Amino acid sequence: MDRTAPFVRTAMIPQAPPPRGETGLVHWVRANLFATPLDAVLTVLSVVVVWQIAAGIGPWFLNAVWNASSLAQCREILAGEPGACLAVIRDRWHQLLFGFYPSEFYWRPTLALILMLVALAPILFAGAPRRLLWFSAVYPALAYWLLWGGTIWFPALALAGFAVGYGAFRAVHAAVPLIAVPAAALATVLWWVFLTGPLSEALHAILPVGLTFVRSDSFGGFMLSTIIGVTGIALSLPIGILLALGRKSDMLLIKTISVGFIEFIRGVPLITLLFTASLLLNYFLPPGTNFDIVLRVVIMVTLFAAAYMAEVIRGGLAALPRGQYEAADSLGLDYWRSMRLIILPQALKISIPGIVNNFIGLFKDTTLVVFIGLLDPLGLTTAIRADSAWNGIFWELYIFVGACFFIFCFGMSRYSMHLEARLKTDHR
Amino acid sequence: MKKSALLGALTFAGLVAGTASAATLDDVKARGEVNCGVSTGVNGFSAPDASGEWQGFDVAVCRAVAAAVLGDPKKVKFVTTTGQTRFTALASGEVDMLARNSTWTYSRDNDLKLDFVGVNYYDGQGFMVNKDMGISSAKELNGATVCIQTGTTTELNLADFFRVNNMSYEPVPIETNAEAQQQYLARACDVYTTDASGLAATRAAFADPENHIILPEIISKEPLGPVVRHGDNQWADIVRWTLYALVAAEEYGVTSANIEEMAKGTTNPEINRMLGTEGDLGAMMGLDAKWAMRAIQAGGNYGEIFATNIGESTPIGLARGLNALWTQGGLQYAPPFR
Repeated sequence: MDRTAPFVRTAMIPQAPPPRGETGLVHWVRANLFATPLDAVLTVLSVVVVWQIAAGIGPWFLNAVWNASSLAQCREILAGEPGACLAVIRDRWHQLLFGFYPSEFYWRPTLALILMLVALAPILFAGAPRRLLWFSAVYPALAYWLLWGGTIWFPALALAGFAVGYGAFRAVHAAVPLIAVPAAALATVLWWVFLTGPLSEALHAILPVGLTFVRSDSFGGFMLSTIIGVTGIALSLPIGILLALGRKSDMLLIKTISVGFIEFIRGVPLITLLFTASLLLNYFLPPGTNFDIVLRVVIMVTLFAAAYMAEVIRGGLAALPRGQYEAADSLGLDYWRSMRLIILPQALKISIPGIVNNFIGLFKDTTLVVFIGLLDPLGLTTAIRADSAWNGIFWELYIFVGACFFIFCFGMSRYSMHLEARLKTDHR
Repeated sequence: MKKSALLGALTFAGLVAGTASAATLDDVKARGEVNCGVSTGVNGFSAPDASGEWQGFDVAVCRAVAAAVLGDPKKVKFVTTTGQTRFTALASGEVDMLARNSTWTYSRDNDLKLDFVGVNYYDGQGFMVNKDMGISSAKELNGATVCIQTGTTTELNLADFFRVNNMSYEPVPIETNAEAQQQYLARACDVYTTDASGLAATRAAFADPENHIILPEIISKEPLGPVVRHGDNQWADIVRWTLYALVAAEEYGVTSANIEEMAKGTTNPEINRMLGTEGDLGAMMGLDAKWAMRAIQAGGNYGEIFATNIGESTPIGLARGLNALWTQGGLQYAPPFR
């Protein structure tokens, strides 16, 4: 019998460098840009197009004039060369950002924005300290006070309304549990309607702490867009969740109200709701009522966004297998617990792209307020052009506004991708 | 039961309407400021400056009214209104008066229940063309492409003008003045047509205004003026006579520079009555004797307001034309202060 000698390698062959042409820049270019004749043609075409655009826009940006007091002066400095007149941004940036907010108080909206980021941190990022959530809860009243000013007692007492509601809930719950929730809601509303105003005046007389009051007709620019957008976003999500649950509810009244609300709002364009807020409400309210136009718009935008949000979340609820609902029931959880612990976390995760999509759309929709005469960034471009010094300037203003919107929306989009990655628990 | 509910609703509606329209003057005095509806920005007529102060020819009317009624031209809350919201904002009581390039027409005056109290600017639709077209009259525009704002009276005027003169044209519909400027400069249309004051402002913004001409023909009447609600005659009179006071002041040579001097008494009894040195005309409208004096001090007389905001020394460079005083061949004419 022949024996074949067993061969066992004792030393590893050293790693050889990859063959030439399979590494480095040349390979990358060949693999990614010139893999096929079609790729090659497309690559060359793209390079030409990009070059054309850069050659067209490049000088315009590079020659930009920053120091001038009018378009005519810009043109004089440029002397016929193409160039952007960015001096208009330098001259009016504060209006594009703050509208007509008094310049000595610019720190107030700025501080409100910074504090908003702080308040958002515990909601958006898992790593932030949980105790910050208390600050997030107080933030809406604080932001109102910073932006509008006036006495501090008014937002403080409005916030105290929630404590009053909770107190009423505890008190009634002990006696008649069934009506505890309506009683708490009633107590809160009564507190807001009847006691907050007089009490805050009385307290202000005793201890006058406050900021100078700024009327909302001086709000404008990105400040206005952010107020409307952020409030709409923050409120539309909880309202939307409630509406989505209401629409799936078995209780006829709740279901009918939810469906009616959603379908009505979705059937009406946002611009119609805005016109209602700005014009029609004035006919209904008693004369002399001074219902802040910005608040009216915020309410309408919130309702609008909530209806859309409800449908996005309903999509997430519908995507969950029935077994999840049954599992929750079999654990003996009641409705709210099963929703909070089992159903909603999964449904919301599924809906993230849709939710963020809504947020971005809502933020950009805030520019529609220009049609009811509020001076959002786009409205301000018209107002700025109406000044003889800047009449005839278009691109510079629109590019600035577009760039700012892009930063906001791109930020939101990146965050949603981060959130999806973080919540990814499946094994696909 | 139903009937009484209906009656109740009617009474309430009547009360609402009554309080909303009856005493604008009292409302304004109680509020301490005039709510004045202005446009969101028309060059020379209303625009915020870098510090957020509203300036312009229409804005000056608001300031004069505020000065007459409240004694301070700064006590105005400017409410920006668009073409769609302006008349509703006025009718619903959100603003006390409008001063924003609104053409006085029959249906607006009657159907919309508004009162145009006067004309602070006589405008008319004109044409702007590039000089190299070699055209000197609108009658030579046969076959031209015309940039025209859709949904405005200018569109109808244009169609009428070309039909009457047996000419054809090709419309290039545009939405805003800003878009029109771009289209016109890109030569997408040969002609841009809108109100002559707008054309002048647009041309002033061009890099080469000397290469564009505004044709001499004016094809429509566009009397622009302040507007108030129907039904409150006292308030309408206040706005109307404030405007007249500005015009009369120019006629009698009362300027912001010499008004202090004139108010001490002049040989012209009309000036004395207007400035409150003689008699008490203000009381007849529910104002004090010095109302007109304060209105004129706010921004000067009509001629001064015209010169600072849209006159020939400004970039817009409008000539007085129809807006000269009647004594100088124009239409601006104030009834006697007597």
